[in-house]
Amino acid sequence: MTPLAVAANENLAHISNVLVYSSMAVYTLAFFAHIAEWVFGSRSKVGRTAAALTGAAAAAAPAVQVRGKGGTTAVLDRPQVVTRAGAGSRDLPDGPGAAGGTEKGDLYGRIAVSLTALGFLVEAGGVVTRAMSVQRAPWGNMYEFSITFSTVAVGAYLVLLAAKKNVRWMGLILVTTVLLDLGVATTWLYTDSDQLVPALHSYWLWIHVSTAIICGAVFYIGAAGTLLYLFRDSYESKLEQGGQPGRFATSVLERLPSSASLDKFAYRINAAVFPLWTFTIIAGAIWAGDAWGRYWGWDPKEVWSFVTWVAYACYLHARATAGWKGRKAAYLALFAFACWIWNYYGVNILLNGKHSYAGV
Amino acid sequence: MSTTDNTSTPVAGPDGAADEATDEATDEATAEQTADRAAEEAATALSTAPREDTTGPAAAGVLGMLRWTWHQLTSMRVALILLLLLSLGSIPGSLVPQSNVDELKVAQWKDTHETWVPLFEKLQLFDVYSSVWFSAIYILLFVSLIGCIVPRTWKFVGELRGRPVRTPKRLDRMPAYAVWRTEAEPEAVLAAARQVLKGSRFRHDLTGDSVTGEKGYLREAGNLIFHIALIVMLVAFAAGQLYKSEGGKLVVRGTGFSNTMTQYDDFRSGSLFKRDDLPPFSFTLDRFDATYERTGPQKGTPRTFAAQVTYSKGAFGTPQKASIEVNKPLDIDGSKVYLIGHGYAPIVSVTDPRGKVIFKEAVPVLPIDSNITSTGAIKVTDGYRDKSGKQEQLGFNAFFVPTFAGVGKGQMFSQFPALDFPVLALSAYHGSLGVDSGLPQNVYRLNKDKMQEFKDKDGQLFKQRLLPGESMTLPNGAGTVKFEGVERWASFQISQQPGNGLALAGAVAAVLGLAGSLFIQRRRVWVRARRGADGTTLVEMAGLGRSESARLPEELAGLAAALSTEAPIAPEPEPDAAEAGTEAPASPAHAEGERG
Ligand code: HEM
Repeated sequence: MTPLAVAANENLAHISNVLVYSSMAVYTLAFFAHIAEWVFGSRSKVGRTAAALTGAAAAAAPAVQVRGKGGTTAVLDRPQVVTRAGAGSRDLPDGPGAAGGTEKGDLYGRIAVSLTALGFLVEAGGVVTRAMSVQRAPWGNMYEFSITFSTVAVGAYLVLLAAKKNVRWMGLILVTTVLLDLGVATTWLYTDSDQLVPALHSYWLWIHVSTAIICGAVFYIGAAGTLLYLFRDSYESKLEQGGQPGRFATSVLERLPSSASLDKFAYRINAAVFPLWTFTIIAGAIWAGDAWGRYWGWDPKEVWSFVTWVAYACYLHARATAGWKGRKAAYLALFAFACWIWNYYGVNILLNGKHSYAGV
Repeated sequence: MSTTDNTSTPVAGPDGAADEATDEATDEATAEQTADRAAEEAATALSTAPREDTTGPAAAGVLGMLRWTWHQLTSMRVALILLLLLSLGSIPGSLVPQSNVDELKVAQWKDTHETWVPLFEKLQLFDVYSSVWFSAIYILLFVSLIGCIVPRTWKFVGELRGRPVRTPKRLDRMPAYAVWRTEAEPEAVLAAARQVLKGSRFRHDLTGDSVTGEKGYLREAGNLIFHIALIVMLVAFAAGQLYKSEGGKLVVRGTGFSNTMTQYDDFRSGSLFKRDDLPPFSFTLDRFDATYERTGPQKGTPRTFAAQVTYSKGAFGTPQKASIEVNKPLDIDGSKVYLIGHGYAPIVSVTDPRGKVIFKEAVPVLPIDSNITSTGAIKVTDGYRDKSGKQEQLGFNAFFVPTFAGVGKGQMFSQFPALDFPVLALSAYHGSLGVDSGLPQNVYRLNKDKMQEFKDKDGQLFKQRLLPGESMTLPNGAGTVKFEGVERWASFQISQQPGNGLALAGAVAAVLGLAGSLFIQRRRVWVRARRGADGTTLVEMAGLGRSESARLPEELAGLAAALSTEAPIAPEPEPDAAEAGTEAPASPAHAEGERG
C-alpha cells in the first residue's frame, strides 16, 4: 500500500468511527422519544383486554354466525370474510400500541421511529465507510460484526414497519438493545481497521458471515417477540383466572399485541430465518472444508452453531406437538436464541478454537 | 349439536347456525367445543404428522409392548425430546477439550484437573462425539426419523392419489368464512367455484352441494424431503468417516512429495480404507510466499500465504503449475492438498576434522510462537569420524529466530515472523543418536540418552549463535559447522473423503425442502351453494390452513371476490324474510367486533 492510500484509509476509518458514535447519539434520542411515547400512552385508560376477557362470559352465546342477511351486506359489492382465532387460543384483540391511542404518545412514537430510521442511515454509513477503509467485507472482527449486527436488526425492523406489519411495539426494546450492542462494541470490542488474516480471505466470508449476521439479527427480533409473548400470556391468564395484575404491568402489557399475535409473530420470524440459518451452517462447513481440510470438526463455534440449529428445530417441532405448544415452545425459542448469543460473545471470547482471529 | 343433515328443512341460514338458534344456551358451549375440536382435527389432517399416542403399554404381551415402544419412539413428543437431548449433549464437547481435536489440550487439562479425570473419562467427556451416549442419542433419533418418514410418506402418497376431504358440516366455524346470497342457480355457482379454484391452481372436487379445494402439497413434500435429506447427510458422513484418509507432510522448498503411504509424516484413515485407494500423484514445492502486517497494533499478523507447486497426476503425468493458498486447496484426482503451516529450514553444513563436508542440508525447525521462533534438531547420522578416526554421530539442538531483537535483549525470541534478522543458535552433542534402535523417533528432537555434550572452555555445554554465513568451530578440533542460509518449508494436509458430494447434495436438498416446508402453506377451501327458503342461493365459503396462516383470509377474500362476479350478491331480502331465518341480523363489522 502506498502511504497516500494508507492516509486515505485512516481517514475513512476515522469517519466510520464518527458515524458510529453519531448513530449512538441519534438512537439515544430515539430511546427518549420512545420513553415519552410510553409515558404519554399510559394516560389512556383502555382496559380492553380485561373487558374482552370478563365480557366473554356475558357474550358466551353470541354465535350469530350468519352474516350477509340484511343489514349492511346488501351495499357491499364483494363478500366479507370473517375470521376466527384458531381452536384453543384466546380470542383477544391486540393492544393499541405504546402510544395507547393518545395523540401525544403517537406523535412521540412517530418521532422515535423517524429518529430510528435516521440512526439506521448513519450507522449503515459507519459500516460502509469501515468497509471502504479496509477494502473488504466489514466482518473481520467482533467490533465490525457488532456494528453490522445492530444495523441489520434495525433494518429488519424498519422493513417490517414499511411492510405495514404491526411491530412498533418493539421499538423501545430494539433501540435499547442496539444501544447496548454499540456501547459494548465501542468500549470493549473496538479494533482498529485492518486487513484480514489469510484464513478469512475468501468469498465465503461474504456468504457465510453475512447470512450469519442476518440470521442473528432476525432471530433477535423473534426472541423479543417471544419474550413479550411470555409476559403478555401470563398477564392474560392471570386476568382469565380473575386475578388483578399490578398497575404497571397492566399499563404496559395492555398496550402490546395479544399473546396469540405475539406468539404467531415470533413463530413466523423464526421459521422464516431457520432455512437461512441452515444454509449458513452448510456454507460454513463448505468454507471450513476449503480452509482447514475438514468440513466439520466440532470446533467450539461449530458445536454451538449446531446446538443453536437443533434448538430451533426443537422449537419448530414443539409448535407442531400437542402439549408443547405455547409457553413450553417459547422457552425453547429463548433457549435457542441464548445459544446464538453465547456462540457469538461467549465462544469468541471465552473458548478459543479455530475461529479466534486477530483482535477478538 | 344435531348431526342430522338439515337440508330437507327449510332454513335460511347454514345448517349449523339453524341448529344453534334452536338449541338451548347450555348446548351452545358444547356445540362450540365440538366445532372447535372439528376445526382442530381438520387442521391436523393438513399435516401427516403422527398423532400423539397417549395410551399406556397395552396388555397384549411382548408384541404389544414392542408395538407400544415403537409408537412412542416414532411419536413427535419423543422426537422432540431426542432433539433436545442432542442439543444439550453436544454442549460438553465445546467446554471440555476433545482428543480428536487437540490431544495436547486434553493432556494439559488432565494435568490441571486431576480429580475430575476418572469421572470425565468414565463419561467419555474427552470424546463426546464418538461416545456411547452421544451415539445412542443420534441413533435413536434417526431410527425415530425413519420410523416417522416411512408412514408419513405413504400417507402423503395416499392423499395425493385420493380425493380431497369432504366438506365439513359447519363452515362458519372455520378460521375464515364468507357468506352471501345470490340469484344464480346453485349448480351454476358450484361450476363457477370449480373454475375459480382451478384458476388458482387448487386441487378441487365436487361432492353434492359443495366443492372442496386444496393447495400447498409442496409443504408436505418439502418437509419429507428435508427429513430424508437429513438421513442422506448422516449416511454421507458415515461413509466419509469409514473411507477417509488424511495425512500430513512437511515439504522444504525445492523438494517434493509423492502420494504413497511411506512418504507421509503422519497418516490416519477410516476403518474401510485400503492402501490402494491412494491416487498416485506427486508435487514439488517451488516457492513459498508469506507477507505480514508491518505496522500498527496487529504487527506480525499474517496477510497472505501462497505455496507455488508443480504437480503431476498419475505416475508419469505431465507437470502442471498451481498455487495452493489457505482457502484454496489443490484438487488432484479427488484428493485435496491443503496448505496447513509454514516455517523455516536453516541450511547447515558440517565439516569433519579432515576438512571434508559430510553434511549439508536444509533442516526444518518447528515454530513455537506466532513470530516463528522455532526449535528443532540437526542430526548427522553418517560419515562423521572424529579426530582420532572414530566413527560417531553428531547432534545439535537448534533454536532459530527469523527476526532477532539484538544482543542483550533478554531471551532469544523472534520479534517478527519475516526473515529480517535471522539468527541460529546451536548447542552441540556427539555420540549415538539412537536412530538405529528401531524405535520411532521424533525428527525435531534430540534423544540425548547416548550423547555427550561438547564442552566449552568453562566446561559448559558448547553453544553459539550464528548469523547467516558464519561458522563455529567445535571444541578440540572436532570440525566446523556453518550456517549457510535459510530455506522455507510448507506443510500440507492431503485428504480424501468420499461422500462429500453426497453430503453436499443432501445439504442442498435439506435447505430447499425446508424452505418449501416453512414458506408454503397447505390449506383447504370449501364452497357450498344451496337454495335458501326465499328462493335465492346461499353461498358459503370457508378456508382452513395450518394454524399459522396469515394470508388465508386474504386468499379467501380474493377467491370470494372472483366467485362473486359469477354469483353477484343479491339485493337485501325483505325484512320478514330475515325474520324467517330465525336470526338477528348481524353485520360483518359486528362479527369482527365479537371477535375482538
Ligand atoms: C434428525 C432430527 C430432526 C430435525 C433436525 C428435524 C427438523 C424439523 C424441522 C426444522 C421442521 C420444521 C418444518 C415445518 O415446521 O414444517 C420439522 C418438522 C417436522 N418434523 Fe422433524 N426433524 C427431525 C426429526 C424428526 C423426527 C424423528 C420426526 C418424527 C417423529 C419428525 C417429524 C416431523 C414432523 C411431523 C414435522 C412437521 C410438523 C408440521 O407439520 O409442522 N422430525 N422437523
